Amino acid sequence: MSAATSAPLLAVRDLAVSFHTPYGVVRAVDGVGFDLAPGEFMGLVGESGSGKTVTCRAMLGLLPNGRGRVDGGTALFEGVDLLRMDDEGLRRVRGRRIGMVFQNPTSHLDPVMSIGEQIGEVVRLHHGLAAGAARVRAVELLRGVRMPDPETRIDSYAHQLSGGMRQRAMIAMALAGGPALLVADEPTTALDVTVQAQILRLLLDLRDSQGLAIVLVTHDLGIVLETCNTVAVMYAGRIVERGPAATVLAAPRHPYTIGLLGSRPGAFPRRERLAAIPGQPPGPGALPTGCAFAPRCGHAEARCAAAAPTLRAVGDGRWVACVREGWS
Amino acid sequence: MERFRFLLFRPLQLIPVLFGISLVSFVLVQSIPGDPVKILLGPRATPEVVAATKAKFGLDQPIHVQYARFLVNLTEGEFGRSLLYKVQVFEVVTARLPATVFLVVYGVVFAVAVAFPLAIVAAWWRGGWPDHAIRVFSTFGLGLPVFWLGIMLMILLSVELDLFPVSGYGETFIERLHHLFLPALSIALALSPILIRNLRAGLIAEQSADYVTAARARGLGRRAILLRHILPNAILPTVQLLGVNVGWLIGGTVVIESVFAVPGLGQLMVSSIFARDYMVVQLVTLVFAVAIVATNLLVDVATVALDPRIDL
Amino acid sequence: MSGASLAEVARLPRLAIVGGAMILAWIMVALLAPWFAPFDPIEQDLTRTLLPPNLQHWLGTDNYGRDVLSRLIWGARLDLQMGLVAVAITFSIGTVIGAIAGYVGGFLDTLLMRLLDVTISFPFFVLMIAIISVLGSGLAGFYIAVALVGWVSYARIVRARTLVLRQSDFVLAARSLGFRPARILLRHIVPNAIAPAVVFSMSDAVLYILLGSSLSYLGLGVEPPTAEWGVMIAEGQTYIATAWWMTTFPGFAIALLALAFSLFADGLAEVLGTST
Repeated sequence: MSAATSAPLLAVRDLAVSFHTPYGVVRAVDGVGFDLAPGEFMGLVGESGSGKTVTCRAMLGLLPNGRGRVDGGTALFEGVDLLRMDDEGLRRVRGRRIGMVFQNPTSHLDPVMSIGEQIGEVVRLHHGLAAGAARVRAVELLRGVRMPDPETRIDSYAHQLSGGMRQRAMIAMALAGGPALLVADEPTTALDVTVQAQILRLLLDLRDSQGLAIVLVTHDLGIVLETCNTVAVMYAGRIVERGPAATVLAAPRHPYTIGLLGSRPGAFPRRERLAAIPGQPPGPGALPTGCAFAPRCGHAEARCAAAAPTLRAVGDGRWVACVREGWS
Repeated sequence: MERFRFLLFRPLQLIPVLFGISLVSFVLVQSIPGDPVKILLGPRATPEVVAATKAKFGLDQPIHVQYARFLVNLTEGEFGRSLLYKVQVFEVVTARLPATVFLVVYGVVFAVAVAFPLAIVAAWWRGGWPDHAIRVFSTFGLGLPVFWLGIMLMILLSVELDLFPVSGYGETFIERLHHLFLPALSIALALSPILIRNLRAGLIAEQSADYVTAARARGLGRRAILLRHILPNAILPTVQLLGVNVGWLIGGTVVIESVFAVPGLGQLMVSSIFARDYMVVQLVTLVFAVAIVATNLLVDVATVALDPRIDL
Repeated sequence: MSGASLAEVARLPRLAIVGGAMILAWIMVALLAPWFAPFDPIEQDLTRTLLPPNLQHWLGTDNYGRDVLSRLIWGARLDLQMGLVAVAITFSIGTVIGAIAGYVGGFLDTLLMRLLDVTISFPFFVLMIAIISVLGSGLAGFYIAVALVGWVSYARIVRARTLVLRQSDFVLAARSLGFRPARILLRHIVPNAIAPAVVFSMSDAVLYILLGSSLSYLGLGVEPPTAEWGVMIAEGQTYIATAWWMTTFPGFAIALLALAFSLFADGLAEVLGTST
């Protein structure tokens, strides 16, 4: 599916986030930008520390209590800039227009409240229903996320449910307000492979049935290939490549993406040996000037160290941030 | 309901505890210097009368036999006669019990009513002046002796302002609320600091929990999150702490009742000690011990009720 | 714990330093009472009874004409002693029992746990005055009751740490080298297990100061005419309408001494990374 030509649901430009640590100011995200159309399923891929979670949290104003700060950029969502909103305004967006699902469902559920009460709370908040009606709606929502036996499970507590069921409950809570966009931060990383497939299937079906736009943060390229329309690859706080998932993963153009795909076992029969990318990603406090990937890049040139390359369109809805764009 | 099944097995656990307490009570009375029978009968009793009395009460038997009889007596509700009041000890104690119960409940309710809101306010305005003021109060307040607090309140509110009576218990319920206001306030001021510190720390610790972030991501406001999510999670250790402190408070009624001349078990204990009325001392000790055991049980019930994860 | 350099000590949080300094100040006051106190604490002067605070008697005089300030200073000896000695007793007993039970385990440990359960349920204060009722007033009864019941918390803390340390590498190494258990306990486990117990002991001291003064207030501890803060408060209670200074200042003294220990306990907890 190609991205719609109508106005994007979410348009992010030049997002920059820094953290104030005892050791100095650290840039976690720099110059991140992408568009998301209604109903688009975008994968946000990168290693740990690449800035993908920070990007998502920054948009909703959920950076860890006061330690992170948005330095610049815009995030236009349904016509309003999320980054300029105060907490009051953001509260109206959270849950009602944008929902979020987290990696560890166990720690993200209130342990002393039943899941039914937690879902019902969101329903009452955003739709103003009375307790009885809210409970009915909560059961419907649980049914919608394919929770087995929703009428009984609704009174369960988090510790009584399996990992997969907890994640379903969390998805139900995220959808309870009827949002147009769902941000899922590594929702399946903590789950079994079989349950993983079920949850991903669920997300795809939600996109199809409700026209839900989804941003899926993950480090697993296989998941991206199976589920996403588009993909954005992040490295050291920047997006280095973006475009339709199928084409980017079949014919990557940024050296980092190429390296990532090369190091995946079994996916691309062209490679005979598992090729790991030499070196380590730079820590956010030790970014080199110029292209952050240059130290590990087999094709680095002198001009790579001069300035960090920006994303440039290379046709077919693809964007690459490399001075050698066009290289293949 | 299943989770409360542990209550059925609790009595079994209580038996060794009650056993130990009864043993200590018995040993205490046996340790009294001098001959209790001679004391009971007075200095003019002849040796024959003394011997006969001893035989009558089984006091000439070996000690383990005496202890066995003591236990049997306990279960039958036979606690002996008070030297001072010349009636059954049981009567004396039950006459004084209500005042102490009233005082303890009043004091605990007052303490919770003071401590919990202050802790919540401190956590809500963390770093601001309400927080600083409350923290200073709760740090300084840890060392305030309750009997001194009582006297200070007496000076301020009874002597200077004449708002409350200095002592006594009153007749009607309202009168009792009035008479026991100062003692209850002293208890509240003495208990709050430790409760505030504990609850405030718990609330602040929970604020950085993952489920709080998730709740924020759903659009819930600060107040709703604090009261509906953070508080129920943070309150559990404080309830445990409250239970421990109520145990201390029960023993502490000895002091508080003395300050305010409240006719309860505490004051009875003190006057009985001075009067060498050992039968009373023994029973009051037992009553206090049972009360503390009961309090611990209540705390366990509350813990199971508040936290669905716990299985006792 | 290895010795801290002066620089490390200077980095200690303010709380510990303030509390520690206050405790030291009180100790100085107590030790140097004969030199600090302007008057004799028990000498009566019936011509100057119930005087409010003035230039000669900074804190006023009581109903026997005794200087309140001097009695306060001398009283520090007793209240400080009650806190420190009681803690020393319970700390020692509790640490030994807890370490042995935690290390040896098995039946001994189970027995200890049962004993702990029974002991916690005892109304400490009531037990104490019951013991005193038998033994007579005075600090002996206080210390005996304390020794009987107060060791429980320390035993629990040290036992918990011992259980963990028992499995640690250096203990296993020592055992494989054939060291006797007593030596392992003493030289290796106990020094590492007592940190939280030490922090606890400071807040425990507060408890015993309050307990001891309460006892004296009731007339079951230190007895008049000895100058002790609880006794002073009891004596002053009859005169609250006319001489508020008799009860107010001793209470503040108790609060200040207790505050010193509380602050130090909080500060120590921060430094050692445990909770109070």
